[in-house]
Amino acid sequence: MAAPDLTLSFAEHAAAGRKLLVPYVMAGAEPDWIDTIEALSLAGADAIEVGLPFSDPIIDGPTIQAAGIRSLEAGTTAVSALAELARRDIAVPLVVMTYYNVIAHLGHERFAGLAIDAGVSGAIVPDLSLEEIDGWARVCDDIGIATVLLVAPSTSPERTAHVCSRSRGFVYAVARMGVTGERSELGDEAAVVVEKIRHTTSPPVCVGIGVSTPDQARRVTEVADGVVVGSALVRRLSEGCGPDGAAAFIGELRAAIDA
Amino acid sequence: MSIMGDPGTTGRFGTFGGRFVPEPLMPACQELEQAFREAWSDPAFIEEYRGILRTFGGRPTPVTKCHRLSEHLGITLLLKREDLAHTGSHKLNNVIGQALLTKRMGKTKMIAETGAGQHGVASATAAALLGLECTVYMGEVDTQRQQLNVFRMELLGATVHAVTTGSRTLKDAVNEAMRTWVAEVEDTHYCLGSVMGPHPFPWMVREFQRVIGDEARQQLLDDEHGVPDFVVACVGGGSNAAGIFAGFVDTDASLIGVEAAGGAAVTTGSPGVLHGMRSQLIQDDQGQITEAHSISAGLDYPGIGPEHAHLDEIGRARYVSAGDEEVLEALQMLARLEGIIPALETAHGLAWIIREAGGEIPHGSTVLLNLSGRGDKDVAQVRAILRGEG
Repeated sequence: MAAPDLTLSFAEHAAAGRKLLVPYVMAGAEPDWIDTIEALSLAGADAIEVGLPFSDPIIDGPTIQAAGIRSLEAGTTAVSALAELARRDIAVPLVVMTYYNVIAHLGHERFAGLAIDAGVSGAIVPDLSLEEIDGWARVCDDIGIATVLLVAPSTSPERTAHVCSRSRGFVYAVARMGVTGERSELGDEAAVVVEKIRHTTSPPVCVGIGVSTPDQARRVTEVADGVVVGSALVRRLSEGCGPDGAAAFIGELRAAIDA
Repeated sequence: MSIMGDPGTTGRFGTFGGRFVPEPLMPACQELEQAFREAWSDPAFIEEYRGILRTFGGRPTPVTKCHRLSEHLGITLLLKREDLAHTGSHKLNNVIGQALLTKRMGKTKMIAETGAGQHGVASATAAALLGLECTVYMGEVDTQRQQLNVFRMELLGATVHAVTTGSRTLKDAVNEAMRTWVAEVEDTHYCLGSVMGPHPFPWMVREFQRVIGDEARQQLLDDEHGVPDFVVACVGGGSNAAGIFAGFVDTDASLIGVEAAGGAAVTTGSPGVLHGMRSQLIQDDQGQITEAHSISAGLDYPGIGPEHAHLDEIGRARYVSAGDEEVLEALQMLARLEGIIPALETAHGLAWIIREAGGEIPHGSTVLLNLSGRGDKDVAQVRAILRGEG
């Protein structure tokens, strides 16, 4: 079975008015992480962001840092995680999220090849800025991996246009200045960022960083095409909710954004 | 680009450097680069910076000729005395520059990382002088190793934040400072302590430290030593080395950077991306950054400034290493023969000179060592080790 393609799939969903739901799972943080990904794919996720652990995750808050440490201590590597993914057919697109050194160390071509074999069709590399992305992006364009870029509250309108035109699959709108983590209040920065992106030509817009509850997800998708939920799910998994608990949480989010 | 010149808007030193930061921080890096470019060509800014270093920082620092140790080693050993600068190391040169820039950008807070505590103390000092709020991120392990420096920072009005993530040392302090910077970038400047991180930091910090090399070059001419055969400095991130190298890079002097054997990013590392820069890093076969180990907290950094990686790549500077034992011996030798107790970091440079005098350093050579910091902060640790308690 050919792996689902992020760019095609998201464009179709967006055209059909379906709000996009993208949960994040740290590869290897729990022994049954692959089962969790499968469960999420059947519970209403439109794509799944798969974190590959790095020793120095500078955009991640305490919850995802801890998951990364658990994963590294369990012996997870980019190669081992991608090999495990390759053994499963997942019904929704997979987007890897990792830091650039993990990719650079394996080499652009080798990493991209392993990712394709694993059924991955998108990549988020937060420390690879627009200015530094060319070498990696060229390889991704050639092989069919969508390079998802970030737009932040601090990004100027002019820069937003550049970032959006280079972003593939979707644009990751950073909901607020800060690292990943749950927030009780989301504030209105998310709407401002989405508005900024709406003035440009861009792929669908998903809001992430800080979105923690079904209610926040619903409010975010009133302005954006979709939502990324990371720490709120990673925390539940770290507390032992397991694949079923993860699926139930994603079901709640799905229901909220479809309401 | 001329060697040790302006790395332009991309911040590249050959294949090293660059700006590998998450999008939320890109505008801040660009704003900082522009502010620094403008300030560094503004005579009023430069005069204020130099004025503070002169009237508050104790510059120029002298060059001391070692008589007894020179005779013992069969070379002429000269010391650029950064240990005599206010706060006891070269770190003040950089933080005064960055604190002035903070104000120039209209920001009211500074955050900083620190390993041994030298940069943290210097940052707290500059913040007190210029009326800025200051928070220092320090690995929990280092707050225990350097309790007096923690108290010193607190006396100066700074808040010290013990970092409990990762290996709880310098690299994690940098991670945590960067995370905080993302959230507070609007009113906060990240006062990075070395020639590392994303552009413009490696270049900007070298420019703020080049006063060491520029002064020394003139002082050696005035004292009729001319250009030395060797210019030697210890290297963690590499700011004191960059500062003194900058004054001699256009001469025939051999430039030698001495890393800690347990943190030798150039000699045992490989290229990679960490903390916003492409440089030489200590990492495992999966690209995970590994911990550096050294007797001196200030050299416990698994990378090196990108310009040093470049100077190594093109062969203009050479990077070597020194082990804990010879470093302790060097520290004691300088204390007994010259009446100067150097910082453990600094003693790495001296250890290499002592080892190589008559070997790689031919007898009769003139050697300039950047005496980057004083050893007061290390006395308790050195005592414990020498008494077999360490």
